[in-house]
Amino acid sequence: METKEHKFHQETGFPWKHVIGLLLSLVLTAIAFWLALATHQPPAVVITIIVVLGFGQLLVQLYMFMHFTESDDRAWQVPTIYFALFIAFTVVGGSIWIMSFRSIVS
Amino acid sequence: MNGVVNWAVHFFMLDEGPLIWLSDFLIGCATIGIIVALTYFKLWKWLWDNWLTTVDHKKIGIMYLIAAVLMLFRGGTDGLLMRAQLSWPNLHFLTADHYDQIFTTHGTIMILFMAMPAIIGFFNVAVPLQIGCRDVAFPYLNAISFWLFFSAALLFNLSFVVGGSPDGGWTSYPPYVENFFDPGPGENYFLVALQITGIGTIATGVNFLITILRMRAPGMTMMRLPMFTWSVFITSIIIVFAFPVLTVALALLLIDRDFGSHFFTVTGGGMPMQYINLFWIWGHPEVYIVILPAFGILSEVVSTFSHKRLFGYSAMVVSMIAIAILSFVVWVHHFFTMGAGPGVNSFFGVSTMAIAIPTGVKVFNWLFTMHKGRVEFTSAMLWAVGFIPNFLIGGLTGVMLAVPPADYQYHNSYFLIAHFHYTLIGGTVFGVFAGIYYWWPKMFGVLLDEKLGRWHFWTFMIGFNICFFPQFFLGFMGMQRRMYTYPAGYGWGIINLISTVGAVLMGVGFLIFVWNVLWSARFGQRDTTGDPWDGRSLEWATTSPAPEYNFAIIPTIKGRDAWWLMKKTGESINGPKGVPFRPIHMPNNSGRPIIMSLFFFIAGGGFIFQWWVLAIIGLLGVLVTMAQRSFEYHDHHYIPVEEIERTEAAAGRL
Ligand code: HEM
Ligand SMILES: [Cu+2]
Repeated sequence: METKEHKFHQETGFPWKHVIGLLLSLVLTAIAFWLALATHQPPAVVITIIVVLGFGQLLVQLYMFMHFTESDDRAWQVPTIYFALFIAFTVVGGSIWIMSFRSIVS
Repeated sequence: MNGVVNWAVHFFMLDEGPLIWLSDFLIGCATIGIIVALTYFKLWKWLWDNWLTTVDHKKIGIMYLIAAVLMLFRGGTDGLLMRAQLSWPNLHFLTADHYDQIFTTHGTIMILFMAMPAIIGFFNVAVPLQIGCRDVAFPYLNAISFWLFFSAALLFNLSFVVGGSPDGGWTSYPPYVENFFDPGPGENYFLVALQITGIGTIATGVNFLITILRMRAPGMTMMRLPMFTWSVFITSIIIVFAFPVLTVALALLLIDRDFGSHFFTVTGGGMPMQYINLFWIWGHPEVYIVILPAFGILSEVVSTFSHKRLFGYSAMVVSMIAIAILSFVVWVHHFFTMGAGPGVNSFFGVSTMAIAIPTGVKVFNWLFTMHKGRVEFTSAMLWAVGFIPNFLIGGLTGVMLAVPPADYQYHNSYFLIAHFHYTLIGGTVFGVFAGIYYWWPKMFGVLLDEKLGRWHFWTFMIGFNICFFPQFFLGFMGMQRRMYTYPAGYGWGIINLISTVGAVLMGVGFLIFVWNVLWSARFGQRDTTGDPWDGRSLEWATTSPAPEYNFAIIPTIKGRDAWWLMKKTGESINGPKGVPFRPIHMPNNSGRPIIMSLFFFIAGGGFIFQWWVLAIIGLLGVLVTMAQRSFEYHDHHYIPVEEIERTEAAAGRL
C-alpha cells in the first residue's frame, strides 16, 4: 500500500487526546442544548453564545482529532484552510444577505 | 386481526392497484431467481469472497458501475412512464399522485443513485491506476462508501412497494413536504436514503483527495497527472465542502418531520426558504460534481483517439479550479423567483454567466486537441464528440436562464426541463458512456463491440434530441414542469407526442447497449495486450484486467502521458530488467463494511417508519462495528514474491 516515504503515526499509550476531545465536544454540545431548552435568555444572546460554542467545537475538532499541527505537508494545508474559510464565509454571509429579503418584504 | 391485515395491506401497498402488484410480482421473481441461481451454481462463497467483502478499488468501481446502470434502467423506466402519460392531452394512465411519486423518484435516482455512482465508479476504476499506486488511501473506508451508497439505493427503491414513494420532487421543498401536507413515510425515505448515501460520498471525497495528494508514484507531480485524475481531485474538493450542507439541510427537515420541530414550518416561526437556500448551496456544486469527471473522461478520450497530447493542459487545470470556486457562488440562480431583490439576483446572475468562460476554455481545448490529430471515431470517441454540441446547447440555455428577468418567464417550465437534461444527459450520461466504452477492456479484459456501439450511440443521441429539443418550445408555449396532464387546445399535444417518440428511441438505444454487453461478454474481442487504444496514461501499462496489486514495481514517472513516454523510449513498466520483486503489502478483505451498512439500513428503516426500537438497534450496530474496527490488528497481508512472479510471467512481463 505505501508508496514513497510513508510515515505511520503509530500512537502508543492511552489516547488521552481523543478522550479529552470527545468529552469537550460533548460538553460544548450539552451547553448549547441547555441554553436553548432550559434557559430563558433572549434569542440574540442564545444565538451569540451558540456561535461562540460552535467556534470552540471547531477548534476541538481540528486540534484533538484532525492532528492539525502534526502535518508535514503545509503546502496543501494552508490553501485548503483558506478555501474552507472562503466557503464558510460565502455560505454564512451569502445566506444572511439572501434571506434578509424577508425584512424588506414584511 | 382485521386491523393487522388492513395495516399490512396498506403497508405493502396492495390497495394501490395492478401497477404495484406487477412490481411486487417481478421483484419477487427476480429475488427468488437470483437466490436459486446462486445456490444452484454454488456461487455464494465466490460472491462473498470476491465481491461482497472486497476492498479492491477495481472491483468496487465495477460494482458502482453495475449499480449505476441498473439505476439508469430504473430511472429511465420512470422517465418513459412519465413520457407515456404526457404523450397526449387528457390522458389518465397515471394518477396525479403516482405521477408526483414518479418524477420524484426519477430525479432523485438519476442524480444521487445513477450519476453519482457512475462517476465514483470511474474514480475507482481509473485513478489509482493512473497515478501508479496499488489502491486508494483508505481501501476499507472505500468499501464502506460503496455499501452505504448501495444500502441507501436499496432503501430508496423499496419505497416503491413498501409504504409509498416520496412525492415532493427531487428538491423536496418545504412547506409541502412537512408532515401537515405530506404525511406518511414517503418523504422520510428521501431524507434518510440521501443522508446515508451522503455519508458515503463524503468519505469518497476525502479518500480520493488523500489518494491523489499522497499516493502518487515517484515523479508523478501534480502537473503530470492525467486530466481525469485532475478532475477527480477538484471534484473531491467540491464534494468535501458541499455535501455537509446537504447533510445539515436533510437532518433539519427530518427532525421537523420525525420530532415535530419547526425549522422550516412557518406556523412555528420557521423559514421554509432557508431549506431551499441550503439545498442549493449543495445542489449547484452537486451538478458540477457530476459534470467535472465527465469533462475529465472527455479529455482522456479525445486525446487518446486524436493520438495527440491534450491541448492546453494548464489552461484545463486552471479552468477546472475556476469552475470549482465559481460553483460555490451561483446557487441563487435556482430560486431567482423567490424575489430576494435586485442586488442579490444580479450578483448571482452575473456569477452564473461567468462559469461559461472556463467552460468555454475547455471546449476550445478539446477542439484544438482534435485539430490536426489523427482522429479515430471509435464508440468512445463518438460519445465524446457528441458531448460537445449537446452539452453546448445545455450550457447556452443555462446562460439564458441566468438572466434574472428572463428566468421569471422560463422558471420551472419545460424550457428548464430541456436545459438540465441537455447538461445531465448530453453532458454526464454521454461522458459516462464514453468512459464505459473506453475503460471497458481495462475492467473486464474484453472490448465492447464497435458496430453495436455505433448503433447504441446514434439511436440514443438522436432519440435524446427528438425527446428534449422540442421541450424548449413547450416551455415557451407555457407548459410547466411537474404537471401530470394538460387540456387539449394549447397545441402542446403533438410536440409532446414527438418528445415521447424520442424517449422510446432512447430506450431502444439503452437496450442495444445491454445487448452489446451480453454479446461482447460471449463473443467480444479479448484484450490481450492491456493497451487496446494505444493509450497514454498508466492504466494502459498493465494487464486488462489489472492484477490485484496493479503494478509489480511502482513505476518512476518522467513526464506527462507517462505510458506514452515509456512506449516511446521502449521502457518496461517494471523498470530496468532484473530489479527484484519484493513482497507487496495489501489490505485484507473485510465483511464488516457490508454488515455496517446493513445496520445503517435498519436504522434508516427505523427513522422512516418512526419505529424507534429499530432505529436504536441499527445505530447501536453501527457503533459496535465501528468499535470493532478499532481493535482489528491484522488488517493487511503480503503477496509473496513467487505469486508476483507467476502473475507477471503470465502477463509476459518477465
Ligand atoms: C432516459 C431518458 C430520460 C427521460 C425520458 C426523462 C424524462 C423526464 C421527465 C418526463 C421528467 C418530468 C418532467 C416534469 O413533469 O416535471 C423528468 C424530470 C427530471 N429528470 Fe429526467 N429523463 C431522462 C433522463 C434523465 C437523466 C439521465 C437525469 C439525470 C442525470 C434526469 C434528471 C431529471 C431530474 C433531476 C428531473 C426533475 C425531477 C423533479 O421535478 O423533481 N433525467 N425527466
Ligand atoms: Cu445551478
